[in-house]
Amino acid sequence: MSDAIATVSPSRTRSAIEGFTHLISFAAGHEIIRQRKRDLTLARLTPDVIYDQMIAAGVARKLVFSWLGNPGVGGLGAIRRRIEGEIADEPLEVEEYSHFGMVGRYTAGAMNLPFFPLRSYFETDLPKANPRIRPIRSPYDDGTVYAVPPLRPDVTIVHAQRASAAGDTQVWGLLGCQKEAAFAADRVIVVVEELVDEAVVRADPNRTIIPGLIVDAVVVEPWGAHPSYVQGAYDRDNRFYLDWDAITRDEAATQAWLREWVHDLDGRAAYMEKLGPERAAALGPSESAPSGSVDYGAYR
Amino acid sequence: MTETFSKSEMMIVAAARELAGQRVCFVGVGLPNIAVNLAKRTVAPDLELVYEAGVFGARPARLPLSIGDPTIVTGATAVVSMLELFGYYLQRGLVDVGFLGAAQIDRFGNINTTVIGPYDHPKTRLPGSGGACEIAINARQVFVIMRQSTRSFVEAIDFRTSPGNLGGAEQAERIRREGGWLGRGPSVVVTDLGIYHFDDAGEMRLDSLHPGATVEAVRGSIGWEVAINPSLAETPPPTEDELALIRDELDPGGVYTK
Repeated sequence: MSDAIATVSPSRTRSAIEGFTHLISFAAGHEIIRQRKRDLTLARLTPDVIYDQMIAAGVARKLVFSWLGNPGVGGLGAIRRRIEGEIADEPLEVEEYSHFGMVGRYTAGAMNLPFFPLRSYFETDLPKANPRIRPIRSPYDDGTVYAVPPLRPDVTIVHAQRASAAGDTQVWGLLGCQKEAAFAADRVIVVVEELVDEAVVRADPNRTIIPGLIVDAVVVEPWGAHPSYVQGAYDRDNRFYLDWDAITRDEAATQAWLREWVHDLDGRAAYMEKLGPERAAALGPSESAPSGSVDYGAYR
Repeated sequence: MTETFSKSEMMIVAAARELAGQRVCFVGVGLPNIAVNLAKRTVAPDLELVYEAGVFGARPARLPLSIGDPTIVTGATAVVSMLELFGYYLQRGLVDVGFLGAAQIDRFGNINTTVIGPYDHPKTRLPGSGGACEIAINARQVFVIMRQSTRSFVEAIDFRTSPGNLGGAEQAERIRREGGWLGRGPSVVVTDLGIYHFDDAGEMRLDSLHPGATVEAVRGSIGWEVAINPSLAETPPPTEDELALIRDELDPGGVYTK
């Protein structure tokens, strides 16, 4: 992880750690904090606890997003204090869309298109708040839609269940917009629970969302998504998200947490050791629920 | 019926009952999540739950804290990318009800979830749109669930995140028609005090008062002169079954009903 972040994800880049609730690479976010990157533009639909931590650590100058909160719990205090000007020496610029707008931006980036059209934003204040959201007439004379510009991250980081050494990456469960964010990016880091033989990928090609062709680094980091989750492997640690609410309300408590859980540890293995095996064991699925297998057939 | 219940429980039950007869519901974060899951277990067993995380036909075995929980995946009809969910399911017009929460709402059902105060120097920064803006425009109708107070039911919202009936029904209908919107806008608002629908002018009207609530309390917690149905109904209290589902199955920790 250390090498991947050092070589692929330098300061002053436009970076996206994607994953909608599921598969959020906290391990990569923490490594970015440890390496004291600066002036990042961070893009993500839902900044979530990971960007609250990264922004509290001072790695970013700008946030591009569509929903700012701790889902089902409350707010993200570190981000909020910087937007509301409470911490005046660390201002945070924001550029705001809706979810479909952000997904459309990645899609336009992934497809090399100049914009993505969508039926949203009509009669709202969002285009006033963000002038990059613009109305366009249909070239076929059937009405007006809104356009959003492509988003092309310098680096996209995704967490996944498994990949081959070549970076062919397979995901099941919520897919979010990781595929779009990866294809939109110049460089891609894939962090996986498990490295698998190429034959495992080829036995189930429908499950591949990102081909190794566009992947610059594969990092094997079991539990790298905690406290978010990995379908079939470990559950979302909702207790962590609830506990974060008290921490993020207080800047000193937030900084203390970062020291204890990020700066003073050398990586994810140390983090999991500190978290403890009982906590980890409690996050296993209540039972197994395997997919039925399908027969692709062989054609020679 | 001697069982006591909280205002939050009454609000969740009333909201769930409004979903009777509906087919496809887009589930928002927070209170909508528990209301829709209660409806699925009571008045609307055939309801297809759509989660913006990319799930159609979810069968959650537990009430998820977040709307991206692994329980919405296991056993679902389809798990799709967010591009497909917003494009093929929502924008295509397949969602009957978009179920939203709000920080501020006005008499025409326009919603603010972005900021309190000016956008550039907000007094309070709120979560923002998420999917709410496109849900309000593309879902066939919109339900809203929120607690009412003079801070949330306001004459003028600070920021319009999601359009309701704009400046009134006539204007909203014209703009929706000319713009080719598939949505007809807000149809129900459920609060801790009562149930509102929208009248011919596109304005919120109190149609049912929850047990224990008063018209004075309603008037005292709304920032405009609210329309009240002359034949105002009283919301039937929660049944034992509804309360048992909320307390024992959906929210044993009291996260939503506190």
